[in-house]
Amino acid sequence: MKILVIEDEQGMRESMVSSLLQEKYVVEAAADFYSAREKLEVYQYDCILLDIGLPGGNGLVLLEELKKQNNTEGVIIVSAKDSLEDKVKGLNLGADDYLAKPFHLAELHARVKSVLRRKRMEGSNYITCDNLKIDAEQRMVWINEKELTLNRKEYDVLLYLVMNKNRLVNKSALAEHVWGDYIDDTNSFDFIYSQIKNLRKKLKDNEAGIEIQAVYGVGYKLVS
Amino acid sequence: MKLLNYTSVYFSLALLIVISIWAAAFYYTMLIEIYDSIDDGLDNQKGLVIQKAATDTTLLKKNNFDESDYTINEIPAGAALNLRDTYIDTMMFMQNERSDEPVRLLKTVFLQNGKYYELKVATSMVEEDDLVKQMFFSLLWLYLGLVLFIIIFNNFLFKRIWQPFYRLLKHLKKFRLDKPEPVTPIKTKVDEFNMLNETVQKFVQRNIDTYTSQKHFIENASHELQTPLAISINKLESLAEDEQLKPDQLKLVASALDHLERLTRLNKSLLLLSKIENKQFAEASAVNINELTKKITADFSDQLTFSGLKLTIAEKNSCIKKMNSDLAAILLINLVKNAIIHNKAGGFITITIHSDSLMIENSGVEKPLDQQKIFSRFHSDEPSSASTGLGLAIVKAIGDLYDFNTAYRYEQKHIITVHF
Repeated sequence: MKILVIEDEQGMRESMVSSLLQEKYVVEAAADFYSAREKLEVYQYDCILLDIGLPGGNGLVLLEELKKQNNTEGVIIVSAKDSLEDKVKGLNLGADDYLAKPFHLAELHARVKSVLRRKRMEGSNYITCDNLKIDAEQRMVWINEKELTLNRKEYDVLLYLVMNKNRLVNKSALAEHVWGDYIDDTNSFDFIYSQIKNLRKKLKDNEAGIEIQAVYGVGYKLVS
Repeated sequence: MKLLNYTSVYFSLALLIVISIWAAAFYYTMLIEIYDSIDDGLDNQKGLVIQKAATDTTLLKKNNFDESDYTINEIPAGAALNLRDTYIDTMMFMQNERSDEPVRLLKTVFLQNGKYYELKVATSMVEEDDLVKQMFFSLLWLYLGLVLFIIIFNNFLFKRIWQPFYRLLKHLKKFRLDKPEPVTPIKTKVDEFNMLNETVQKFVQRNIDTYTSQKHFIENASHELQTPLAISINKLESLAEDEQLKPDQLKLVASALDHLERLTRLNKSLLLLSKIENKQFAEASAVNINELTKKITADFSDQLTFSGLKLTIAEKNSCIKKMNSDLAAILLINLVKNAIIHNKAGGFITITIHSDSLMIENSGVEKPLDQQKIFSRFHSDEPSSASTGLGLAIVKAIGDLYDFNTAYRYEQKHIITVHF
C-alpha cells in the first residue's frame, strides 16, 4: 500500500508519516502544492492524505486534477478549518473522507484503512483479525465462523480497535469516534471502561483469539 | 418631559414676564401722556374763560359748575398772592353717570379791575380702572395668542429641524453590535446635527470595528491553535506507544494528553460559538423537535444508563421549528449534556415539549443557580470539572441567533426553558 501525505506543517507531517510507517505502508510526503503535484503526476498511490491550505495553492485544485485523470486512489482531506463548506466541496469533488484537525492518530488509521478497504471492494469484503471476521458493510462479526451478537456501540468499539490492532488507542480517540458529542467529558474514562467490560466478556465467552488490554490512564490496546 | 414642551414652557414663562414689564411701562407712559394732554386743554380753557370774563363781567359771578365746567370766586388779595396754578385729581358728581367720577381740576387766580378771582376749570378724566381693565384684557389676549403661536410654530419647526436628531435616535435605539446596520445620516443644514451625525457614525464604526476584530481574534486564535494542538497530541500519542516507557512516565504522558484534549474541546467550542455568532449556519429547514429530541436522547442512552439517570420525554404537542438542523441538534445535545453533567446519582431528567417551547428539568445540587450567570461563558460552580463551561453559552448563542428566549429557574429542580 502506498500512501502520499500532503501536509505543509512539518510536525504534523512527521507524526502522520511515522505513524503510518508503523502500519507497514509505503509512505511519501509532500510539503507544498508544487511538489505534491509533481509526485501525483509521476507516481500512483493507493491513498492520499490532502491538506487544503497549502503553500502555493489550494489542495482542492489538486483533488480536481486527480479526479480528471480518473485515478482510483482514495483521497482523505485533512483540514484545520473544519468548515462545512470545505467538507461539502471536497466530498463533491470526489474525496472519500474528511478529517478535521486536530485528530487522533488512531482516527487517521481507521479512516485510511476504511478508505483502502472500500477501494478494494472487488476483493474480500471481510476484515479478519485472528479468528475474528468482520463484515464492515453488514456490520456483522463472526468468531470461528460463529456469529457474535453485539450492540451498535460494542460493534463500533471493536471495529475501531481492530483497525488499530496492536496499537495503543487513546481513550478520548475511542470516545470521540464511537460516541461523538454524546458523551460528557467528566466521567468518560469510567464510562468507556464499563462499555468495554461488556465487550471483553462477550469476546472471552466466545473464545476470541484477541484480547482488549487496558493501559492505565491512556486507553486500550487490542492484541492477538 | 419632551424637549418641545420644555422649550414651550420656558417661552411662555419668559413671555409672561416680558409682557408684564412691558404692560406696566406702557401703562405709565400712557398715563403721563394723557395727563399732559388734559392739562394742556385745561390751560387753554383757562385762557378762554379769563378773556371772556374781561368782556362779560356776569361771568365773575359764576360760583357753581352747573352746566359749564368752570367756577369763578372773588378772593382776598392776601390769599391770592400765595396761590399758584395747581392741577389736582378730584371727584365730581356726573349727571350722566349718576355718581362721583374722577375729574382733573385746574385752580388759578386772575386779576381784573383790581380784584382777585379764583378760577377752577374741570374736565372729565379717563377712568383709570377701566383703562387698566381694558389693557389687561388686550394684553391677555395678546399673550395667549403669542403662546399659542409659539406652540404651533415650535411644533412645526421642531419636527422639521429636529427630524435628523430623532431619526438618529431611532437608529441608535435599534442598534445592536452583533447585528450592525449602517447608521445612515440625514442631510441637514444644522451644524450641530451634522457634527452629531459624524460623531455618532465614527463612534458606531469604532465599536463595530473593535467588536469584529475581537471576534476575528477569537476565531483566528482558535484556528491557529488547531495545528499546534494536533501536532502535540499526535506526538504524545506516538510517545505513549513507546513500549520502553515506564508506567509512571506513561501516566505523565496520559495526563498531558488529557489536558491537551480538554484544550481541544475548549477550542472547538469557541470556534463553534464564533461560527454561530458569525451566522455561518445559514441553511434552515423545518426541524421536528420531537423526533430530534428522541433521537438525541437515544444516542445518550449508554451515558444515561451508566450515570443511573432516568430520562422521560413528555410530548404535549408536536413542535416543528424552521432553523438550521445542525444547530438544532447542537442546542439539544448541549441541553441534555448539561442536564447529565450537573445531575446526581440516581437522578432524573424530564423533557417537556410544547408546540412552541421545550423545557428540560433535572435533579442536581439542591440550591438555585445564578440566573444571570448560568448562560455566560466559562461560568461554572464546579471549577474542577472537566467540562468546557461553554455548553449553555452555546445554547444561549443559538437562542439569540433565532430570537428564542432561554431562561433558567429553580423549583426544587433545575429548569431550563427554550421558547421558540
